[in-house]
Amino acid sequence: MKYQPVIGLEVHVQLLTDTKIFCGCSTTFGSEPNSQTCPVCLGLPGALPVLNKKVVEFAIRAGLSTNCSITPRSIFARKNYFYPDLPKGYQISQFEDPICQLGWLDITVEGQETKRIGITRIHMEEDAGKLVHGDSDMNDGSGVDLNRACTPLLEVVSEPDLRTSDEAVSYLKQLHQIVTWLGICDGNMEEGSFRCDANVSVMPVGSSTFGTRAEIKNINSFKFVKQAIEYEIERQIDLIEDGGTVVQETRLFDPNSCTTRSMRSKEEAHDYRYFPDPDLVPLVISDQWIERARRELPELPEQRQHRFMTDLGLPAYDAEVLTASRALADYFEACVAAHDNAKAVGNWIMGEITRSLNDSGTSIEACPVTPARLAELLKLIDNGTISGKIAKTVFDEMWKSGKTPQTIVEEQGLVQVSDIGAIESIIDEIMAANAGQVEEYRGGKEKVFGFFVGQVMKASKGKANPSVVNELLLTKLQG
Amino acid sequence: MKITVADVEHVARLARLELTPGEKELFAGQMGAILGYVEKLKELDTEGIVPTSHAVPMENSFREDIARPSIGLEKALANAPSRAGSFFVVPNVIE
Repeated sequence: MKYQPVIGLEVHVQLLTDTKIFCGCSTTFGSEPNSQTCPVCLGLPGALPVLNKKVVEFAIRAGLSTNCSITPRSIFARKNYFYPDLPKGYQISQFEDPICQLGWLDITVEGQETKRIGITRIHMEEDAGKLVHGDSDMNDGSGVDLNRACTPLLEVVSEPDLRTSDEAVSYLKQLHQIVTWLGICDGNMEEGSFRCDANVSVMPVGSSTFGTRAEIKNINSFKFVKQAIEYEIERQIDLIEDGGTVVQETRLFDPNSCTTRSMRSKEEAHDYRYFPDPDLVPLVISDQWIERARRELPELPEQRQHRFMTDLGLPAYDAEVLTASRALADYFEACVAAHDNAKAVGNWIMGEITRSLNDSGTSIEACPVTPARLAELLKLIDNGTISGKIAKTVFDEMWKSGKTPQTIVEEQGLVQVSDIGAIESIIDEIMAANAGQVEEYRGGKEKVFGFFVGQVMKASKGKANPSVVNELLLTKLQG
Repeated sequence: MKITVADVEHVARLARLELTPGEKELFAGQMGAILGYVEKLKELDTEGIVPTSHAVPMENSFREDIARPSIGLEKALANAPSRAGSFFVVPNVIE
């Protein structure tokens, strides 16, 4: 039998606020355990949570950017369960009436048509604390650090519209791009700022009834999302083929073995007894508020890609690469503003800049060659001062020394030689020294032409203007 | 509304409460009476009335995203039954 996988993703997006969602404790990562806590996030009796307005602003931004409708009146609920990283015995979340509902993203998997993936809801909630295991001081106990407790999260729940691991990765990458672009999340998957749970089931092809799903947790990279989903699909198909049945359960992805395993401890009673949190008053979002948020949204990746293609004439591929992040797109536009040749600027950013950033592990925000300097360099190529080849040498020097391209060209005497007399005399010398090859060329062996170009460029230390060299060589060789 | 001892046991387990057989019987009766009262309220016509999530007529109480000092490690850990360094310590919960 053939099987059809059905996948839905739940993504937790940690918001880039300075303080927690319900108290004024700092959200700085990596501080001394339990140093960023107060009665609210420690869950002490009598403490009153008060909602951080920025969390609401960020949630609205996320909703509008994923085509959701914003719920006019939304409420917080208590999700009740016991776990040592949850000091109150309940998590403040949203259940009925989440802040954003019914949106979508259009995704593209290479070689396929664009596909619309539904977003069921986006809700606000607080994160739990962190557990630490295996420390010898703890007498085989587990350590609890509540610095992360009460950190603001958005949970973005997709419809079960995804059918392959590639679609899941594409959806996840797009969501990641949007939240980092909006500046509401740092997107760091290793540190858990952007994490994903996958609901996976399989059904016979042609069936309209979904199979029983397993929820896979602990997937903290795009690569693992693909591996975890593919393993789980195989596991469920094998199980069914062998006459077994899939049970609804939570499974943990193990990146070392690329497998998933059952988390039996979480089996117990998914009975969270949600009820409206009496400590937090309803959240009412007016149309004016939504409209203001909409006006303040930055131009989104898709819109910017489109503009790069229509206004700047970039090919689709270039437009996509150059909008990989907002900072990269900003860098590109700053260069184009200083040097009106989008295609050339794009090529340099996708080529030399990207290579140097990768080699040195630098982010575009910290690029040592500013957009203005890159534009200066491209101008030197355009006005014939240096060749494209020499420009790469100059670029490497700019990267290392931070000097202007003009200075480097002057200091190292890299100005391109276009002077006909000077190039002619080099050509004459080389033809005299290689009389055999001259005869070969004249005898019809035109391939030798490349040899002469190479020799001339070498003799001029790469500074001869290549088009002048070509022209003069042709005339002289033909004698 | 009839609440059974099994219902009481389920709710007690979710709340991590240990009850004696006598208490289970007692609470089954009391919970049944409370829910019976709610059943009675259901007879009212509530057509067109927004469900009440909060008893106080208030909305949009916010704080700005401005950090204020935390209470400090020692105060935070002051009542911990067990601690190691800067951590609270609880019985092992490895998955």
